[in-house]
Parts: sequence; structure tokens; C-alpha cells
Amino acid sequence: MREIYLDYSATTPVKQEVLTEMLPYFTGKFGNPSSLYQKGYEAKEALSLARARVAELIGALEKEIYFTSGGTEADNWAVVGTAKSRKSKGNHIITTKIEHHALLHTCKQLEKEGFDVTYLDVDKSGLISLKQLKDSITDKTILISIMYANNEVGSIQPVREIASIAKEKGILFHSDAVQALGNVPINVKDLGIDLLSVSAHKIYGPKGVGALYVRKGLTITNLLQGGGQEYKRRAGTENLPGIVGFGKAAQLAGENLDNHITTITELRNYFLAEIQKRIPDVDVNGGMVHRLPGNLNLVFNYVEGEAMILYMDMKGIYASTGSACSSASFSASHVLAAMGLPVEKAYSSVRFTLGDFTTKDDIDFAVNEITMIVEKLRSISPFDKEHDMETAQNCNCPA
Amino acid sequence: MGMYNEKVMEHFTNPKNTGVIENADAVGTYGSPVCGDMMEISLKVENNVITDAKFRTFGCGSAIASSSVATEMIKGRTLEDALKLTNQNFVDELGGLPGAKIHCSVLAEQAIKTAIYMYAKEHGLELPGLEGFDPDSEFDHEDGEEDES
Ligand SMILES: Cc1ncc(COP(=O)(O)O)c(C=O)c1O
Repeated sequence: MREIYLDYSATTPVKQEVLTEMLPYFTGKFGNPSSLYQKGYEAKEALSLARARVAELIGALEKEIYFTSGGTEADNWAVVGTAKSRKSKGNHIITTKIEHHALLHTCKQLEKEGFDVTYLDVDKSGLISLKQLKDSITDKTILISIMYANNEVGSIQPVREIASIAKEKGILFHSDAVQALGNVPINVKDLGIDLLSVSAHKIYGPKGVGALYVRKGLTITNLLQGGGQEYKRRAGTENLPGIVGFGKAAQLAGENLDNHITTITELRNYFLAEIQKRIPDVDVNGGMVHRLPGNLNLVFNYVEGEAMILYMDMKGIYASTGSACSSASFSASHVLAAMGLPVEKAYSSVRFTLGDFTTKDDIDFAVNEITMIVEKLRSISPFDKEHDMETAQNCNCPA
Repeated sequence: MGMYNEKVMEHFTNPKNTGVIENADAVGTYGSPVCGDMMEISLKVENNVITDAKFRTFGCGSAIASSSVATEMIKGRTLEDALKLTNQNFVDELGGLPGAKIHCSVLAEQAIKTAIYMYAKEHGLELPGLEGFDPDSEFDHEDGEEDES
């Protein structure tokens, strides 16, 4: 069966060039970078090249990149590490309501440990208000953590302005750039970011590898205790094949960036135009301006998102409801809720994310199928334009 | 493939008895889009026997599939008999649903009860199985977690 993958924000396939570079590090070049003999040295060289490549993609120095087990660990480390190292200065953290759970759950945990956390609102485009950010700062604020780009609706925050507000007040600024990496130009020096989380598997690299950028001169408490790897900041024998793959993926992402942005944006806009031409009563969640190139989050009014996903799955089309993680927990998306979307519309929302292997032909095929699926599900739905979901009776369902 | 068995998928993709009965004798809706699922069922009733049933459902795959089997199962039953059916009967008929999805089948049970309740009220019938039933109350059914078969 033909497969059309439209879930690049969940994860991406590893590119062939990336895999080719990784493979020798599983077998022939399996050495430990800490070993003093040739095999270790060879591994260390590879580690250093990968670090340089990741650094280059975000405009950092090699020494500012610390490899981790992924975006989740980088987020945890940035927030917990800052909280621990700065707790004598204050106990207040500012973040947003639309962060990834890697960040939100970490903040919830810190709240239990006595920290105060402000969760900033977002508007219907999924963007924070700089005024609310400024107004939320107190003399106890030690960290501002605001994601670069959102995984569900693709909104890109005004990172430069946030960084300058943080700097002016002497507060550290961390940004989760897991979704932004390889999709927007990022330069941590130019922007003035202190800490930045990235992950390999969203940029055609392997799963289970990521990095935290920590600005030179800044020290935060380590998350893991153990050996002296990663300049004594992140213990544990390096996942060398993974790191090598991340390095190669970062290099390719940098080289392709301009082309990637133009191509994917065009394809995404074509997708939206075709859907709107063929299917009535479809809304877009979020704005179209400050948005990741490949992201499209749509409300197919009167039909339920999970039924859509299931039907599309049968036709070989892969997309997600809300974020990939919430599709297992059956709760409406916290991101769409924060954007003020009524719950019933959140239940009718589907996220499509396009990537480097998406073709126009894929889009045409998908639009055809989606049109038929929506028609079919609408034909058995109790709602339509005249019987709007909003006017339906109140909830008497299981809590 | 996937989280559902073939029978569930068949009822999901080719649901039986969809739509609305013209001049229905009873209509019941249960759930709300705010909860993520809602079912509307319309019935034709002759001499206390359900002669026809049709549904429209906003909901996930298991909500649609259980709506479909439920309408199949109540056709030809007396109102009293239809009231005896629980969501577990629908789940069994479907050959099981994943544990976390069992609760979606309650929608069909409650929608049927609601329709019959409306019918009974209109015709002044006292039916066993409707005592204490309030279509607007919070749902109070137990989720059967086990997946027999
Ligand atoms: C915004 C964001 N942050 C963090 C993560 C977690 O990254 P990882 O899967 O590498 O742990 C993800 C991926 O799902 C993400 O989208």
C-alpha cells in the first residue's frame, strides 16, 4: 500500500547519508572516546566533528554543545539545572502554557519542590504577549523558558525580543528549539540565548540523541552523576553512532535550510489551498505568519479527529491529533485550549506536518482521500452547518 | 493491524443503520462534542417492538463501531429487551475493544436508554430498566476493563 507520511513533527526518517556515516561507529569504529589508544582517539575525533556540526547549525561554539539522550533530557536539564544552581537568587520561573510536556511536567515537579511557575497565555495564533512576559517578571525570577516553535501549531515565538528582555533583567533564557531546528535559521549568539534544547530525530537524524547548548561562561547544575564525559557536564559513555548521525543530519539541515524552507512552505500552502477548495467548513488553528514551514493544524468541523486518523491510517496516510503524546491520553490538546479553541473544535483537529520527502503527488493523493473521508464521516455525524457543535447540549459524559 | 480488530474496523468503515428515521417514534441523544463524542439515535416502534433504528455519531472509531452494532442488536427487540442490553453486550458483539476504549461503547447504551425513556414518557409507559434513569444525569456506568473472548 502507498504510504504518505505527514507527521514529520512526531519524528523523521534517518536520511541515507546520515545512516551511512553512522554505521561504522557500531562495528569497526566502536571505540570509547575516553580511551587513550588509537581506537578511542578515532572515536573522539568523530565526537568532536559532530559537535562542531551541531554548533554550526545554531551559531554556537563547539564547547557550548553538550550531547544528551534527546530533547526531553535537554529540557529537563536546562530547567532543573538552572533551578538548582540559582535557587539562592530566587524561586520563580516563567514559561508558557503551550510547552512540550518535557518542560511542563518538569515545571510541575519543581512547583512541588517549592518553586513558583508562571505559565504565560498565548493568543489565537499561539503567540505569547511580550507585555505579559515583562509584567510577570519579579525580583525572584531566575529563568524564562519559552519554546522557539510549537510542536502542535508551529507558532514561532518572538525569541529575539524575549532574549533581550531576559538579558536586561539578568534572567537566564532557555528555549526548546526541538521543532525549530532545521526549520528556521537559528543563531544563539545573534539572538542572545543562554540555553537551547535540540533533538536529532526531528531533523532526519536518529532517535535518542539531542543536545543542550549552554552559553560559554554559564554553569548549571548537572542532571546526571557519573563519569567525566561532555566536559564533565553530562555523565555517561557517549552514544557515538547517534551523535555522529546527529552531526551529519545537522550539517545537511544547514546546507538545505533555505531550500527546505521555501519548498516545504510552498507545499504546505498548496495543501491548505487544495483542502479549502475541496472541503467546506475547515478552519486553520493558529496564524499563517509566524509558523513552521511544514505545519498545518486543521479543524474538520463536525467530525472527530481520532476517527479521521483511523480512517486515514487505513488509506496509508499518517497524521496526528493534537500532539503525538496526547493521542494516547484521550484528552483535548493543552495547546489548542490555551489558544482559546473551544473543546469540541479541538476534538475535530488534525495536525499534518510535511517534510523533505513529501511530494506534490503525495499531497494530491492525500487531499483526495481526506476529502472522501471527511464526506463519509460527516454523513454520519449529527452535526452540520445548521446543527452546530457549540449549540449542542452540555456535557453529561464520563468525567 | 492497528488497535482494533477486523470486526470493529468493518463496523467503523461500513457502519450499519446510519442516518435519521423520518417520522421517528423516539429520538435520543447522548454525550456532547465537548466530551469528544455524541450519539443520536432514532427509533421506529410498533407494539412495543423496535422495528427500525438509525444513528448518527460524532466520535472516535469505537464510538462509531459500537453505535453500529448497537442499532443492529436492538432491531426486532421489545423495548424491555432493548433496555437489558449493556455496553458490554456491544463490546462482546464487536469481539472486544481495547481497555481504554471500552467507555466509548457506553455512549450507545445511554443513547438507546434515552430514546426509550423519551418514548416511555410520551406514551405513559412504566418500563423495567428505566427506574431512576435520568438522561441528563452524569454517567454512572462501570467501565469493564477486561477484554473477554
Ligand atoms: C517541542 C518539543 N520538545 C521536546 C521534545 C522531546 O524531544 P525528544 O523526543 O528528543 O526527547 C519534542 C518531541 O516530541 C518536542 O516536539
